Amino acid sequence: MADQDRAGFASPTLRLTADQHALIVAQCFDGLPDEACGLLAGPVTPELEPTGEVHRISPCVNADASARTYTVDSRDLLRAMRDAEANELELIGVWHSHTHTDAYPSDTDVRQAMEPGWIYVLVSLKHAEPALRAYRIRDGNVAEVDVEVEVEVTGSDL
Amino acid sequence: MAVEVKLPTLLRAHADGAASVSADGSTVGEVFSAIIDRYPGLGGSLIGDDGALHKFVNVYKDDDDIRYLDGLDTKLVDGDVISILPAVAGG
Repeated sequence: MADQDRAGFASPTLRLTADQHALIVAQCFDGLPDEACGLLAGPVTPELEPTGEVHRISPCVNADASARTYTVDSRDLLRAMRDAEANELELIGVWHSHTHTDAYPSDTDVRQAMEPGWIYVLVSLKHAEPALRAYRIRDGNVAEVDVEVEVEVTGSDL
Repeated sequence: MAVEVKLPTLLRAHADGAASVSADGSTVGEVFSAIIDRYPGLGGSLIGDDGALHKFVNVYKDDDDIRYLDGLDTKLVDGDVISILPAVAGG
């Protein structure tokens, strides 16, 4: 793999607001003892690559209702796709929790990752402090991407 | 019968990048045959070797999962919107 391809694979940086980060982690705790999941929507380049910005987050039902696997409920997926389309965005990724393992894609996650353009977010609840990390998964290969949590500046009195 | 078929991002590469395509057919199966004729690369992603809907794909007619209607035999009327959804799953 050329260096440029490698760099392209391990990008972009996923940029979440503090509120988005908090909501995703809280939804993962709410899902216990099962895995929780949800979808991310944001802008994409003309090549359908995510820019890394997230404009909408959609908590979804785990149709498996399982502590070991997840399947995004297809009705929730349809709703999120329509919501993205109505806002001129694309679905750019999915998050799910690992209740007792690290924030790294499992073999099942790698095998079932269908969207090479998506960012796959893992939230581990294994330790007292939750861990959120993000990956691209392509053809069985995993590349971690950076996650930036931005503090929103709102309501300034100046 | 003209219907709109919305494609998930992973299938658009097989359809010249289109997010949705229009096709004719009186059932979901006929519409899929029409779009696979036009974009052969979609074939393997939609229909399994057994001729049935691929298990990693969900298909909705408007707000209804066609598995709970008549599957590929689900009847269509002009203006229906077919949404093809990838299975988003893992462990």
